[in-house]
Amino acid sequence: MALIDLFKKIEPSKDKRLLHTAYDAVFTFAFAPNEVTKNGVHIRDAVDLKRTMFQVVIALQLCYLFGTYNIGHQHFKAIGMYPDLFQAFHLKLFYGLTKLLPLFIVTNVVGLGIEIFYAAKKGHSVEEGYLVTGALIPLIMPPDLPLWMLALSVAFAVILGKEAFGGTGMNIWNIALLSRVFVFFAYPLEISGDEVWVSGIESTKALSAVDYNWFHLNVLNPIFGWFGGSQFDTASRVLADGFTGATPLSLAYNGGWSAVTEHYSTSQMFWGTIPGSIGETSKPFILFGAIYLLVMRIGSWRIMLSMFIGAAICALLMNAWGVTPFMTVPWYYQFYMGSFFFAMAFMATDPVTAAGTSRGKLLYGFFIGFVGMIIRVINPAYPEGWMLSILLFNTFAPLFDHSVLQKNMAKRLKSA
Amino acid sequence: MKYKLPILVACSLASVSCFGQSGAGSTSFVGILLIVAALVAVFVLLLIADSIMRVEAKSQGLEDKEEQFSLMPSLASIFSKKKPDHLVGKPVHMLSAGHDIVLEGAPENKMLASDVTTYAVQPSNFRGIFPIPKLHVEVGDDVKAGDPLFYNKSTEHIKYVAPVSGEIVEINRGAKRSIAEVVILADKEQRFTELPALDYTKAERSELVAFLQTHGAWPLLRQRPYDIVADTEETPRDIFISTFDSAPAAPDSSFLIQGREKDFQAGINVLARLTDGKVYLGAKADEAVSSVFTDAQNAEVHFFGGSHPIGNVGTQIHHIKPIGRDGVVWTLGVQEVMTIGSLFTQRKYDASRVVAVTGPCVADAGYIKTYIGARVGDLIKGNLQEGCDNVRLISGDVLSGQEKSAEEYLNFHDDQVTVLEEGDSYELFGWLSPFAVKPSVSPMVPSSIFSDVALAPNTNTNGERRAFVITGQYEKVMPMDILLQHLMKATMANDIERMEGLGILEIIEEDVALPEFVCTSKMPLQEILRDGLDYMREQD
Repeated sequence: MALIDLFKKIEPSKDKRLLHTAYDAVFTFAFAPNEVTKNGVHIRDAVDLKRTMFQVVIALQLCYLFGTYNIGHQHFKAIGMYPDLFQAFHLKLFYGLTKLLPLFIVTNVVGLGIEIFYAAKKGHSVEEGYLVTGALIPLIMPPDLPLWMLALSVAFAVILGKEAFGGTGMNIWNIALLSRVFVFFAYPLEISGDEVWVSGIESTKALSAVDYNWFHLNVLNPIFGWFGGSQFDTASRVLADGFTGATPLSLAYNGGWSAVTEHYSTSQMFWGTIPGSIGETSKPFILFGAIYLLVMRIGSWRIMLSMFIGAAICALLMNAWGVTPFMTVPWYYQFYMGSFFFAMAFMATDPVTAAGTSRGKLLYGFFIGFVGMIIRVINPAYPEGWMLSILLFNTFAPLFDHSVLQKNMAKRLKSA
Repeated sequence: MKYKLPILVACSLASVSCFGQSGAGSTSFVGILLIVAALVAVFVLLLIADSIMRVEAKSQGLEDKEEQFSLMPSLASIFSKKKPDHLVGKPVHMLSAGHDIVLEGAPENKMLASDVTTYAVQPSNFRGIFPIPKLHVEVGDDVKAGDPLFYNKSTEHIKYVAPVSGEIVEINRGAKRSIAEVVILADKEQRFTELPALDYTKAERSELVAFLQTHGAWPLLRQRPYDIVADTEETPRDIFISTFDSAPAAPDSSFLIQGREKDFQAGINVLARLTDGKVYLGAKADEAVSSVFTDAQNAEVHFFGGSHPIGNVGTQIHHIKPIGRDGVVWTLGVQEVMTIGSLFTQRKYDASRVVAVTGPCVADAGYIKTYIGARVGDLIKGNLQEGCDNVRLISGDVLSGQEKSAEEYLNFHDDQVTVLEEGDSYELFGWLSPFAVKPSVSPMVPSSIFSDVALAPNTNTNGERRAFVITGQYEKVMPMDILLQHLMKATMANDIERMEGLGILEIIEEDVALPEFVCTSKMPLQEILRDGLDYMREQD
């Protein structure tokens, strides 16, 4: 095997731990190891953690595609150009890519770098948990987030949230949500308000012109020009009339469902051509990912279903109470807004941080849904609740399991 | 009431949506809500009536078997497999959790030529005895089948005997001067020590026990919890025998028992005298089973349907009468029962075994008539497939068997040899390829969807060991009410109360072999369990 000989030739010696760990990570990415079974079962299931994590990354790809395109689409809508969804397809796609790729690269380089460092320190191989975290973090960030803030948040989440507890499989809290919550509390202006969810609003307002950087002007524009398409235009621009960049949630907080439908149709909210975190807006693509995870039996249907039921019940109770405008939004429309489905499909179902027992999962999902809806509707400072709700119940997940275990143990010891 | 949560949900949804829609309501919506409310009311009425009926039945002393007095069908009876018609009226357990691994090289019902000349007794096969037993024999001694070879110093009366007659050629030592094997070169014509006649129907229990111990049949009995050589002081609560093996490529016991039905029944009769409780036989529900099992006297037959591990005696015990702190149970295999029977019917220690030679690397998969402790290399001689150069030999099945070299011997309790290829090569993007034809329970490996394709797996671990990540996997393949992942974590933390509460005393290695197979994190569950069981035994 020529490729494997090439790999073996460049293998650094075991003394250079950091280098060897990094080499090992790449090697095991390319080749499944040649270890055989000892002292136990003689054959093993073909599925290992790498394969499982990779399926989750696959499930996210549609969200990535749409989210990238939507960054560009919202940007051009904000400055009043190309309002039709498929107009200037290339401009929107590449604009989105220039925003997303740096986020993705920084997330993975920082995160994997820290993982490799700790793996080298502890003397074991780099574990695959980060494949999914690194794919999720860019999708939950606002598109214009400064890269240094992103790097800090990833470092916080990985070091304090994961490595401090023992690495993959040992963390209490969801790592992707920890990184977002770091930005939320440390740099709240970057992640709240109406202007951060559409790329380029703040800079356009400040400069009275769109802030395209050298990459757009000197690399992409010539290529587009060569193909005869439209180009990034740096002429003076102001925001489109009446465009605020408000997400449906912030509109609903102030004015109820009627305020939301003034700006966005239900079809737009369903398909996702609205401002929001990069990956959370397009419900059908997220649901496709959720169904993919269910079919592959990676995502737990118990958590997804009970979370939906919990949120629905809470929304119904809110409808019944009806004192603020947000509470009057009909319960089925609550699911059109915000990141409920993304949190349900990809964040709550993380097996490490969720409850481990089947009954525990039902309770866990239900409470996340219920409390998340409370945080969304009643919280005056921030119109979305899933991040905080999931982190809260990550803390309580062992308690749900504990009650199930106690029941099992009591039943057994009683009959003895 | 079983349905508390659904009722609560239904009621709250119905009532609250009334309020919620009070402003918007069109008549049709209100109509729907009224219908929903009416359905909920009917449902609640039915439940109340159901509970009253059950309370009445209980107060009259009638047992509510299979929910005869319930108005509503239980969820279990709707969703679980249907019981086969020919078993109406008999105890049947249809289990949905589990997974059948279909291997190439399942044994066909034919006898192969036997080339086995050396046999060995291995003290390590008998859990619970000291590693250096006291020997009765030396190299060069001539023994008859049934002559004592060694004994454990703390239980002198339990003799471990020779399975065949011949000359002791080797006594091999293992680590720390332990005795690894006592090897006998068998005679062409077997000679048996003649045993005194004993009428097991009339003898006292203590006489039977002494008879079994002196004539080498005691080690055939295995005691749970811990799976150790049976204790001489304790009378078991019950005795369980699984009459079929659902492990991959396992032998068919209806084939094995041909010609020895009398010995089997005699063995059951003896066992029935040794326990205060009953002898339970676990039989297969799906197919035609030999009448020796289904019509056995002095035993209660329970039928099991589903996938592996229904053949494991631990699963059967869990569903018939689970083990707790209320005493010990004994378990045996079918051929071991026949050996016990032969002590009384033939008045000799008949250690003959029909061993299945199986696996993807076997050219001709079938059965060999031999004795306990046959040499593995002889069992598979000349029977390897072309192209299988680097093979692993296993005494037992691929899930719970032990790796052996060709010079080593089949374990005492095993009646199967499995041969498969070692998987010690690198595979480019092996973890990614969806085209792999490897055993799996997950749709992530699409070939696993075709569940009747015979597979030829190798021993590659298919991944490196990781911490516990995925939850809910073990429960899908373990039809017992045991939260296995939490039990494993408690075992690794040596938390005795938790281990006992979560059911470690009910299981042994073969019960966690299938969960170990499916484990995504490649955890060594059988090893962890054995450490935990040994730790608990020390504390006792």
